[in-house]
Amino acid sequence: MQPVMAQYIRPEVVAYAVFFLVLLLTLGGALVAVIPKSIIHNVFGLATSLVGVAGLFIFLGSEFLAMMEILIYVGAICIAIVFAIMLSQPMHLQIPPRWRPKVAFSFVVSLVVFISFTVMVVRTPWEQAVRTSNDWGVKRLGTLLLTRYELLFELISLVLLVAIIGAVITAATASGEKTSESQGGEEGGA
Amino acid sequence: MNSLTVYLFVALLIFCIGMFGLLQRRSLIGMIISIELMLNAAAINFMAFNRFLAPDPSVGQIMVLFIMGIAAAEAAIALSLILALFRKLRSINIEHARDLKG
Repeated sequence: MQPVMAQYIRPEVVAYAVFFLVLLLTLGGALVAVIPKSIIHNVFGLATSLVGVAGLFIFLGSEFLAMMEILIYVGAICIAIVFAIMLSQPMHLQIPPRWRPKVAFSFVVSLVVFISFTVMVVRTPWEQAVRTSNDWGVKRLGTLLLTRYELLFELISLVLLVAIIGAVITAATASGEKTSESQGGEEGGA
Repeated sequence: MNSLTVYLFVALLIFCIGMFGLLQRRSLIGMIISIELMLNAAAINFMAFNRFLAPDPSVGQIMVLFIMGIAAAEAAIALSLILALFRKLRSINIEHARDLKG
């Protein structure tokens, strides 16, 4: 099957085509995530861009991180943003027009950042370090996470726990001073 | 496709698009979306250096995992803050949140 296919379409051509598709997804999604006014279009653009980033991760050699990207970013963060939109944004209200100088200033600032970083990327002589390991597998990742990077691993679990508790308390009680006072101020410190 | 500079440029473009959005949006949720884009640009950079330059290919992957964890925590906190602000102000436009302005 594969050799017959390879006679007509060379594998490198397919790889390049997929790579440009992934690039298109990533950059187009990023533009859609920023430019349209409708916030729900922005979230769809963000999800598209993140799927493209997952494709880039596959090209960079890590299928595990591509899966994690889709699972965490597309599956959790985008859905959380959609929930926040549904709970907060009055969709029927008219969005006020943009203030043109602000858009122009932000464009100039990001253009300056782009040019300076471009100069830095082009001028730096990147050198490959000596490889001490060539193992991209998940098994080695897990071993490292539980041996050399265990402190970081535990810290990030702690950060996530604190973030979840803090998010619940903030969203549950910070509904203005009246309600927190009428509750007896038991969670007023939050 | 197989050079470091291509990935660095892609990450740089995404970072600049995110920065443009962060400076220009007034809706808080739009700003969160831009921040997620910028964090992703950082993750692409880590993965590119990991693929092309780093001595040990596991370290960059672990760093990207930590970036994802931090991004999830940040998104949860920021979205709950937005909900609290919306209950107080009835708006998520950042220009209405100026109670602390002197």
